[in-house]
Amino acid sequence: MLSSTSPRPVTAPALPAPRGPLSSAVLAALRGISAAPHAAEIPPGAVGQADPYGEDLQLALYCCYELHYRGFAGVSDDLEWDPGLLGLRRQLEQVFLAALGADVAGGTDVAAEIGALLVEPVDAAGVSHHLRHAGQLWQLREYVVQRSLYHLKEADPQAWVIPRLSGPAKVALVSVEHDEYGSGNPDRMHARLFADMMTELGLCAEYGAYLDAAQATALAEVNFMSLCGLHRRLRGGLIGQLVTAELTSSPASDRLVRAMRRLGCGPRAIEFYAEHIEADAVHEQLIRHGVIAPLLAAEPELARDVVFGIQASTLLADRFADLLLSRWAQGRTTLRNPLPELSHRR
Amino acid sequence: MPPDMPTEPIRRRIALTDDGPILVHGPIEVVLTDGKTMISDRAVTALCTCLRSSRYPICDTSHRRRVRNVTARGSGSGMDRGGRGC
Ligand code: FES
Ligand SMILES: [Fe+2]
Ligand SMILES: [Fe+2]
Repeated sequence: MLSSTSPRPVTAPALPAPRGPLSSAVLAALRGISAAPHAAEIPPGAVGQADPYGEDLQLALYCCYELHYRGFAGVSDDLEWDPGLLGLRRQLEQVFLAALGADVAGGTDVAAEIGALLVEPVDAAGVSHHLRHAGQLWQLREYVVQRSLYHLKEADPQAWVIPRLSGPAKVALVSVEHDEYGSGNPDRMHARLFADMMTELGLCAEYGAYLDAAQATALAEVNFMSLCGLHRRLRGGLIGQLVTAELTSSPASDRLVRAMRRLGCGPRAIEFYAEHIEADAVHEQLIRHGVIAPLLAAEPELARDVVFGIQASTLLADRFADLLLSRWAQGRTTLRNPLPELSHRR
Repeated sequence: MPPDMPTEPIRRRIALTDDGPILVHGPIEVVLTDGKTMISDRAVTALCTCLRSSRYPICDTSHRRRVRNVTARGSGSGMDRGGRGC
């Protein structure tokens, strides 16, 4: 099906501002100021001493990964496979992975992990619960800004895993991805619905526009998907990440729809989450029965990685929720760059 | 198609699940009890069997077991647990 609207021009995002020595080194290389950083050129100890979840490391990693998606304006496409950048990326990944490995419980019981995701805690205190009952419009807009780094490339990180699967698991994963990409209709692509929501909320819907505004905790969630997507070895982790997202999305999307109705948002804003209530109720079933079951039957040794993917993405989502809820409780912004005031419309 | 070629009927696949909806493959038309028709063009539609969905006849995962006081356990934290549009 063809889009009813004319295609938008494809623009690569602008480079962000650095947040420390690691992101400075990566950005200097991307700007062509320095040759791509070789491990030896990073200040000694900078990688090892970096906070694995911190602003500097997560931004550096995000920029390395972005070369594999859309790149950056004015940055040579050749740098995607630059050995210096790839070498640094590997070091950053190892720090990030080691921290995640140390911070989750681990295990191999995929059924127990999934079972825990399938019960609905009625008294939970998450971002969507807060937004539903007491959220204010500025908080909803901040949430959308932070999440835009993922949703404007929604389903892209998971697409990396397709060639690493085979048989029924591959087929079921592709049906989910096909739905994420609008089932043949560009106007129904989930990334497009997210962009429409941003526009309706008075935000800039350009890909990567809010990279400078996003916190490391938001970038870390996207980085985890890119990490697992780009490494075949971590394909089980990617599936764990995907199952976590798909299984928990429907009820949370329902709360966000209610939040937006309460705040008086229009239908074009609400559609993204409304679509996800129904779509992810289906995706849950396809991932559980169509992907996980045949994948583990064919490659039972992946159970540990699937569990890791579930636990790590849950940990990162909780860190993100903690940040938002604690800042909002103090009436503070969660963004690194505050948004301009919403001009009064209507 | 040659006229003598036997034609296989086109069968819709309907999959039952043990804990929730019925999964119907292909675009569908559902006739509701009031005679109105609802269409779904999804590749797979999850039809609610528990009657609890706020979007009945479409499943919205309201069939899930609801629990109070979730105890901290590995992944099942009380937060959003990764979800919100995927
Ligand atoms: S079967 Fe899922 S909400 Fe009823
Ligand atoms: Fe989904
Ligand atoms: Fe989606």
